[in-house]
Amino acid sequence: MAIKGLDIFKLTPKTNCKECGFPTCMAFSMKAATGAVPIEKCPYISDESKALLSEATAPPMKSIKVGSGAAEHTLGGETVLFRHEKTLVNRNLFAVELSDAMTDDEVAAACAKLEAVKYERISEAMYVEVVAVRFAADKDKFVALVKKVAECGKIPMIITVDADLAKAAVAVAGAKAILMGATVDNAAAMVEVAKAADAVLGVCADSIEALHDLVETIEKLGYKNLVLQVSDTSIKEAYANAVDIRTAAIKGNDRSFGYPSVVFTNRLAPGDINMQIALASAFVLRYGSIIVMEEMDFNAALPLFGLRQNIFTDPQKPMRVEPKVYEFNKPTGKDPVLVTVDFALSYFVVAGEIERSKVPAYLAIPDAGGYSVLTAWAAGKFGSTVIANFIKEANVAELTTSRKLILPGKVAVLQGDLAELLPEWEVIVGPNEAMQIPKFLRDLQA
Amino acid sequence: MPYKKTELKFNGKINTCEIGAGDAAISIGGENTLLFLGDEGFKPAVGIAITDSPEDWSDCFTDIFGDDLKNPAAWAKAAVEKSGADFLLVKLASADPNGANNSVENCVATVVAVEGAINVPLVVEGCKNAEKDAKLLEEVAKALEGKNVVLFSAVEDNYKTIGAAGGMAYGQKVSAESSVDINLAKQLNILLTQLGVKSKDIIMDVGSAAVGYGFEYVASTMDRIRLAGLGQNDESLQMPIITNISGESWGVKEAVSTLEDAPEWGDQEARGIGMEVATAAACVVGGSNAIIVRHPESAKTIKSLIAGLIG
Ligand code: B12
Ligand code: SF4
Repeated sequence: MAIKGLDIFKLTPKTNCKECGFPTCMAFSMKAATGAVPIEKCPYISDESKALLSEATAPPMKSIKVGSGAAEHTLGGETVLFRHEKTLVNRNLFAVELSDAMTDDEVAAACAKLEAVKYERISEAMYVEVVAVRFAADKDKFVALVKKVAECGKIPMIITVDADLAKAAVAVAGAKAILMGATVDNAAAMVEVAKAADAVLGVCADSIEALHDLVETIEKLGYKNLVLQVSDTSIKEAYANAVDIRTAAIKGNDRSFGYPSVVFTNRLAPGDINMQIALASAFVLRYGSIIVMEEMDFNAALPLFGLRQNIFTDPQKPMRVEPKVYEFNKPTGKDPVLVTVDFALSYFVVAGEIERSKVPAYLAIPDAGGYSVLTAWAAGKFGSTVIANFIKEANVAELTTSRKLILPGKVAVLQGDLAELLPEWEVIVGPNEAMQIPKFLRDLQA
Repeated sequence: MPYKKTELKFNGKINTCEIGAGDAAISIGGENTLLFLGDEGFKPAVGIAITDSPEDWSDCFTDIFGDDLKNPAAWAKAAVEKSGADFLLVKLASADPNGANNSVENCVATVVAVEGAINVPLVVEGCKNAEKDAKLLEEVAKALEGKNVVLFSAVEDNYKTIGAAGGMAYGQKVSAESSVDINLAKQLNILLTQLGVKSKDIIMDVGSAAVGYGFEYVASTMDRIRLAGLGQNDESLQMPIITNISGESWGVKEAVSTLEDAPEWGDQEARGIGMEVATAAACVVGGSNAIIVRHPESAKTIKSLIAGLIG
């Protein structure tokens, strides 16, 4: 942030009247510079100065809302280039692209796929949020397709450079649809359409310089609800654009580039889904805000949604679950006990598999520092003593008459020690991977 | 105001490291910006992995390589041909004392045969038992003197043997393995250089995980290591990074579940490739200079990704 406490101080009357709640104008100015108190708290700073200041104290990258109701998402709003510097706040969205050139059957199949590829992973719903509709030839069909997308609860991305057609399409697209886009040739007309419909306007240009000029033109026309398209002709240019735009915004204080980006992997590698997965993965890390794919089957969704979930966690808040004994599939006091760690990822993976097995069971989780099984073990937080103490302190022997205690396969080395510490228990080494738990539990039951 | 590019300022440079010998030699590293952002076109290399114990590898590899799976030398040749990879990694899993406990002599024979069958640089991976790997990689270094192979990897518990044999006595390259932690990576590099291994002979293996499985730590570790090497000119972190993501990617549920286990997920092979390609691409933009995959299709995809990024 460019603004300093001293810059604000210069704009106060320096009377130390305390009306802002601070003892001195200087104290107020220092706080205001960090964004911790709004400039408006001082009634003596002129409106002109306030407008100037709010521009200067605004975050480097705008937060742009797309979609409405249940489909609403926020893009952008980032303050750092690398997640370890603080955290990345708004995860990217994924999109697939349809067009009026597709047959009804093709559209139906694509929609069915959007319905099918929906699941939960570590309490987060995973699905494609945005559906792009590209105009080919048939205006009526195009508008009908946009309408259909909106009705399915997806955020429509309307791709046309024809302002009249865009107007007809946004009318059926719901609030905060995305309109791709404004070009040097149609900017004024597109801004009109976007403004009237409260749509997010996508800005497209042939080069990064031209893109910058066009954003400035559009901002002068009074519209700042924008997303920026990176090159869709060359991988090199697309990647460089995405990085340069974000770097200019965050490090260069260039507000004209302080907007989210849109990347069309389907245009960069048409027909090559593996290459699209590779590109999408690169852009999850490096500054793609909406990433468009040809289609999203499980082979693409599983890795990409997993990666996104990882990258957009807050590095300052390790994901943990409460250490305690969890119950699955309605145990009745005679069912086996599995052991794992309090790392949220490990817990959710294991919990999901125990549920899938339908076998009633208990899951005992000691305090393992919030680490994965091997990390906790290597850090000395998931040894035989830790586990044995937990089993005793949580009175697990009173919860169930079963004396089967199942260890994660990766810490098989603990079996001997643990058996000595818990003589009344039969310590069993489970499989290495959680996905083998259902079969393992069913075999154990048999 | 017209657009003016904001450059991240760097004063450090990643070491250039040559691997392989003669016609087969390639070099990795050398960049002085984050990868793919400068105009110099420093190109990460793509490696293909094989093992002497493919029992737990996915069925699709049997379909691709057939009987060659039982013969590491034949498999190595086929793997390089089918993938167009820049180098090959052979894992000596059979050496594991808690597994087949294959002898050092047998394993060295395998490696020598593999080396003779290919014309690309070789990376030799041990069995991940520190004690056994020390003996094993020492003998490998000796047997392949002059071939400039990468010993994958030295860890805190065996770096002395592997460093002395590999980096010093027999002129090989030493990969230094740490577990997703910038300080551990730095410490092992320092220990190796203090031992007398030249820093240009060291490559870093900073750890890996499959996407969705703690990959955020890998991503941030790589970012921090690169920013320290380039931005703060920290010489103890300017080694090229080598990352073997093949085992992690093909080991998670998304890749391991058969069509029977998870009918709704569709083709198993496609899922394995998806996990591998996504993980590899994320490592490559994170700064990995040599990335190792299992499936020929993954190798081809990552090679064309790199070609595209370099333009
Ligand atoms: C991310 C990571 C970290 C993160 C921690 C993240 C976290 N919250 O745990 C950080 C960077 C902090 C870290 C630190 C360390 N790490 Co670490 N880390 C990893 C990494 C890359 C991924 C771990 C992960 O998230 N796995 C995913 C979770 C879901 O796996 P999981 O808990 O094992 O669960 C699976 C199975 O075990 C099974 N399962 C789980 N519970 C149960 C229960 C039952 C009953 C059954 C049947 C199955 C089952 O299901 C899951 C999926 O199949 C791994 C390498 C790797 N790729 O695995 C190294 C790794 C685990 N770390 C390792 C080490 C050594 C360390 C450190 C000790 C390094 C050091 N010297 O400082 C420190 C320890 C921390 C400390 N000193 O405070 C080593 C462990 C080596 C070993 N074999 O002992 C590993 C394997 C890396 C390596 N190859 O060297 N680490
Ligand atoms: S209200 Fe304004 S003038 Fe009064 S003390 Fe605060 S900053 Fe100074």
